[in-house]
Amino acid sequence: MCETCGCNITPGNEHLARQKNDQGQDAVTVLKSLLSANDQQAAHNRAHFDEHGVLALNLMSSPGAGKTLLLEATITELKREFRIAVIEGDLETENDAARIRAHGVPAVQITTGTACHLDAHMVHGALHHTDLADVDILFIENVGNLVCPASFDLGQHRNVTLLSVTEGDDKPAKYPVMFRAADLVLFTKTDLLPVLDDFDPARAERCVRDLANPAPVLRLSAKKRDGLAAWFDWLRAERAAQRERARRGQTLRPAVQPDGARVHAQDAPRLRYHSSAL
Amino acid sequence: MHELSVCQALIGQVVNVAREHQATAVKTVNVRIGPLSGVEPDLLAQAFPLAAAGTVAEAAQLMIESLPIRVHCDKCGAETAAAANRLVCGACGDWHTRLVSGDEMLLASVELAT
Repeated sequence: MCETCGCNITPGNEHLARQKNDQGQDAVTVLKSLLSANDQQAAHNRAHFDEHGVLALNLMSSPGAGKTLLLEATITELKREFRIAVIEGDLETENDAARIRAHGVPAVQITTGTACHLDAHMVHGALHHTDLADVDILFIENVGNLVCPASFDLGQHRNVTLLSVTEGDDKPAKYPVMFRAADLVLFTKTDLLPVLDDFDPARAERCVRDLANPAPVLRLSAKKRDGLAAWFDWLRAERAAQRERARRGQTLRPAVQPDGARVHAQDAPRLRYHSSAL
Repeated sequence: MHELSVCQALIGQVVNVAREHQATAVKTVNVRIGPLSGVEPDLLAQAFPLAAAGTVAEAAQLMIESLPIRVHCDKCGAETAAAANRLVCGACGDWHTRLVSGDEMLLASVELAT
C-alpha cells in the first residue's frame, strides 16, 4: 500500500486515518503538498491550455541569460508557421512585452512588484487577457531567477532552462532544483565562447547528467542565429505532440514534479473551462 | 525559498483541517521536507510561529521530518543514498536514476485537541 500518495485513504477507511493518540488528541493524516493551492490553480491553467490544444512552455534562467532575445529570434523564424503568444514576467517595466509586441505577437506583461517568480495565480490572471483559441504555442517567460521559479507549477507542459556561457559551467551543480526541473537545457550566447577561457560546455552538460536529468542540451546563439535549428525542431516536435495529446484528451506535466505535486494530483478537481471565460 | 509564504499556505491547510474536525486547538503539525524540495527546514521552523500567530495553530509544535535523498538505478536496480547535485547510483555510478525520496514538501498529519 502506498505510504505517501494518500491513495489508501478513502471515505470508507478515513476514520482509521484519524486516530486518537494516547493524550486523547485526534491525529489527522493529511498528505498534501505545502503548495497545494498553487498546484490546484496550475492544474486549472493546464486544463485551459489542453482545452484549446495550446503548447505552454515555461522559460527560466538567471537575469540576462537571453530569454527575450531567444523569443524574438523564435518569433522571427516561426511566426508564419505557428500562432505564438507570450506572457512576460518581470518585477518592473513592460520592456520585454514591448519587444515581443514589436514583432506583431501578442504579449501580456505581468509586473510582480517584489515577487521573484511567477505563480499559477498570476498566470491565470494573464490568461484573462489572452485568447487561447488563437494560439498554438504560449511562451511564459518567467522572472530571471535560478532559485524560486522551478518550484512553482504554472500549468505549463514543459520547462526550458537557459544558461549563458558567461555564467560559469558549474551552475547546474549549484542550482540542482532548477536544472533537475528542465525538460530542455539551452546553453546561450555561444558566440562569446572564443573570448571565454572558463566555460566548458561538456563540463556543464556533465553537471546536468549528474542530476539524473536526461533532457537534451543544446548550444546556441540567438544574436548570431547559430544553432537555432535544433531548438526550432524541438519546438515543432513538442507542438505536434501537444496536438496529438489534445486530440486524445491527455495532458502532460514537466518531467520533474515534486512529490507533493504528485500527491495533490489525487484530489485536483477536474474542471472544464469555456472559451467565453476569456 | 519563501518559507514564510509556504508557512502561510501550511497554516491555511492546518486551519482548514482543524475546522473540519471542530478542533479547539492544534497540538502538532507534522511535515516532511526533502532537500530537493526548495524549502529549507530551519527557515520553515523560524517562520512557523509568525505564520501561526493568531490562529488555532498558534501553540502548535512543528515537527519536521527531513527525508533523505535516495535514488533507484535504472541500470543496476540498486537503491542508494545520493547528494542533491550528484544523483548518480551509489552502486554502479550510472546517472540514469529515479528519485525515490528527497523532493517532498508535504503536510503529513496534524494532531488536534477537540
